[in-house]
Amino acid sequence: MRYAYYPGCSAESTARDMHQSTLAVARALGIDLVEPKGWTCCGATAGHQTDRLLAVSLPAANLTKVQDLKLDMMVNCAACYNRMKVANHEISSHPTVRKGVREALDRDYDGSVKVRHLLEVLLEDVGLPAIKRAVKRPLNGLKVACYYGCLLVRPPKILKFDDPENPTSLDRLVTAMGGTSLEWPSKVECCGGGLSLSRTDVVVELTGSIIDMAASVGADCIAVSCPMCQVNLDLRQQDINKQTGKNYQIPIVYITQLLGLCLGIGPGELGFNKLMVPAANVLEKVNERA
Amino acid sequence: MITIKNKKNGPGLKSAVEEISGVDISVCFQCKKCSSGCPVAKLTKSRPSEIMRQLHLGAGNELLENDLVWMCASCETCSARCPMGIDVAAVIDALRRLALERGASKQKGNVSLFNRAFLKTVETFGRSYEIGMITAYKIGTMKLMNDTEKFPAMLKKGKIALLPPRGGDRKTVKRIFRKFKESKGAQA
Repeated sequence: MRYAYYPGCSAESTARDMHQSTLAVARALGIDLVEPKGWTCCGATAGHQTDRLLAVSLPAANLTKVQDLKLDMMVNCAACYNRMKVANHEISSHPTVRKGVREALDRDYDGSVKVRHLLEVLLEDVGLPAIKRAVKRPLNGLKVACYYGCLLVRPPKILKFDDPENPTSLDRLVTAMGGTSLEWPSKVECCGGGLSLSRTDVVVELTGSIIDMAASVGADCIAVSCPMCQVNLDLRQQDINKQTGKNYQIPIVYITQLLGLCLGIGPGELGFNKLMVPAANVLEKVNERA
Repeated sequence: MITIKNKKNGPGLKSAVEEISGVDISVCFQCKKCSSGCPVAKLTKSRPSEIMRQLHLGAGNELLENDLVWMCASCETCSARCPMGIDVAAVIDALRRLALERGASKQKGNVSLFNRAFLKTVETFGRSYEIGMITAYKIGTMKLMNDTEKFPAMLKKGKIALLPPRGGDRKTVKRIFRKFKESKGAQA
């Protein structure tokens, strides 16, 4: 199993924990990751809110680098995954978009590089039986609310990732790791995404209702696979608490951090020390000291 | 209730939005599923279904000042649930792009300033640089103290990078931005 791994900009900053744990888990499961040299930003939400050419050309610059490696692209950041797949779709279905990209990149690209999310690689290529076999320290019934957010599942026609209203990819992994995945209604609700700084009030409102729901179903932690969701849910808990007088302390962990623990990797290597809301309860459950 | 003011600001936006988004506005039959699922609709003055109806009824540039246009989080729930397959989120994106082109007045929170600050770091470094972007945005909005209490802890935990990113193919990204600016004329 060999993939061109596109880390995305967050991997070097607010999601270094996601990046570290992705690399550690891949190593433990025998997934070979090659980082395309000189990868650049996918444009994220700012790109597609500003201009179509930017929104498509910025991801395409990376897809062509992966095409040269003759590998499939693997992405862990849900936002990057989304932009890569939408760009492929736009380029392959609109000749005028393809022409614009050709002018912007000074090379032609047909939109054919296969883009996979890490969860798809884990579930389809590695497979749950192999993951179960590799678990050294199970989650011992840890109650996990699996949160997918927006960009992994929408737009469903283009992404074709799981069920867009009730996805179960994260839940199946949690179950395979010996955890209890909780039934809850906020799986695909929006956290406010890129409005974190420009409309903090909106993000506090939206993350507040997600955290409320996770608390009411008794979650020990929320598992995510998107750096924007992680930062919003993790960082804004103190704002939610300040505004509402509640005292939520629900750790927001990447699925790769949970899986890494189960595979016997130390919490330091998985970036557990970077979480704003400490995950001591999670570590205790797998008998690991922080 | 939806009212279209007599004092419409300029010609209707329907055809411009349809051209940018590729959406046929007229197929919307106002089932309001988009508004039911919209996470920010409870906070905005108008709902996505109202924007669709207003466009259909010939609304002009006044729609570019609508608070939903910039409070939309691009979650795409509206598009995913539309029974007619309308990409409502693409309509909102089209309105944002038109608002930028036509210099519509700035909304609370100034999402367009945030986007510019973000893209400027991408243009400069090839990858986004959070601290650079946050600084440019804060200076632009003059809200210097927002969230500052969080930075020491984030820096200490290594939850945010202090130095700008290196290693990105800046040449290709600069070329993309040059083509983008050429396509927009001098205004970008």
